[in-house]
Amino acid sequence: MVESIRAVIGRDLRLAMRRQADIVAAMFFFIIVVSLFPLGVGPEAAQLRRLAPGVLWVAALLATMLSLPRLFADDHRDGTLEQLALAPQPLALIVLGKVIAHWLVAGLPLVLLAPLLGIQFDLAGDALAVLTLSLLIGTPALSGIGAIGAALTLGVRGGGVLLSLLVLPLYIPVLIFGAGSVDATLSGLGPQAHLSLLGALALGGVFFAPWPTAAALRVALE
Amino acid sequence: MLEASNLECVRGERRLFAGVSFRLAGGEMLYLQGKNGSGKTSLLRMLCGLTPAASGDIRWRGRPIGKLGDEFRSELCYLGHQNAIKEELTPLENIRSSATLAQETLDADAALDALEQLGLLSRADLPCRYLSQGQKRRAALARLVHEKRALWVLDEPYVALDAAAVELISGLIGAHLQRGGLAVLTTHQTVAVPAAALRELWLGADDAAQ
Repeated sequence: MVESIRAVIGRDLRLAMRRQADIVAAMFFFIIVVSLFPLGVGPEAAQLRRLAPGVLWVAALLATMLSLPRLFADDHRDGTLEQLALAPQPLALIVLGKVIAHWLVAGLPLVLLAPLLGIQFDLAGDALAVLTLSLLIGTPALSGIGAIGAALTLGVRGGGVLLSLLVLPLYIPVLIFGAGSVDATLSGLGPQAHLSLLGALALGGVFFAPWPTAAALRVALE
Repeated sequence: MLEASNLECVRGERRLFAGVSFRLAGGEMLYLQGKNGSGKTSLLRMLCGLTPAASGDIRWRGRPIGKLGDEFRSELCYLGHQNAIKEELTPLENIRSSATLAQETLDADAALDALEQLGLLSRADLPCRYLSQGQKRRAALARLVHEKRALWVLDEPYVALDAAAVELISGLIGAHLQRGGLAVLTTHQTVAVPAAALRELWLGADDAAQ
């Protein structure tokens, strides 16, 4: 079981390494969107600090959306998805592997960039740490929930827009608790409650999403 | 071992075929024929369990394939229209990673041997996007060299292949049948598979003949 998940992760990471332009594009999108806000809003530090958690989290959601349409589309186009669906192991396990690989490629870079970008918003050290931690806990949920949407819109014309309409509303809880954890730190309350809820969302997203995703993929393959 | 009874296929509003039945034992090959659009690919996908049949059932070793699930899938080798080859990976990486995903062990020597038989050894380290159509097809077919699964379902395996490769693949299918395996394939070419107990099935445009 662990073997086959690892095999999928290994394959997807290798493919991502051969197509680095995709990863870099999503990272630059994240950097640019976040950097536009201080330029647009003005340099008043107190206001920027208040905006920071929301801006970074919304930018992270949008950057994740960029890479989601290709999560299954490439495998679908070249016939690999059929082979994965016919492999002896349950399709949900393969999906779990793909979700983990997607997070490593699309989610983890955002986490690593966050502290750097947070400095633009004059965030203090503890707030920066909580922001990074909240993204670390929350971005796996984005990959998991996003996989359901990517599978449901597979092979649909104009699927990209539909995918955003489908998935972004489902990201709302993650956004609320993610940005909320940093707000709570800034206002002197602890971030623990928000982070715990975020952790629950992430666990749910990563470990329950593969089943509906697998079912949607089987329908798409019919 | 493989038994289909009264299969019906409906695509959109159209009924492609109905009442298709056959029985295939070890060492036998089913040669599926029919015009374009007669439902050959749909029938193959039904046999794999990818597309559900509108009616009728498919049994493997006497049990419905839907119930068998992964037990059936671990005895099935399906090769579709599309090559299932990743353009970014080399032929060697492709066949090794697809073997791993199919839960088979294929060491580097066996993989290289397969590529050598398909005449791809000199291209083993070249990303597949630089290969020609025929070479990509060969890379996809390389898995048949060491494939030990009992049921091979091949959709147009000979497309884009040259005469030498066609003969090679026919030989591989023949050897598979001699080991007691089963094969179902479609092709528009006339191909002689050596020593095959051959069954033919015609899918008509409207009337499904057996």
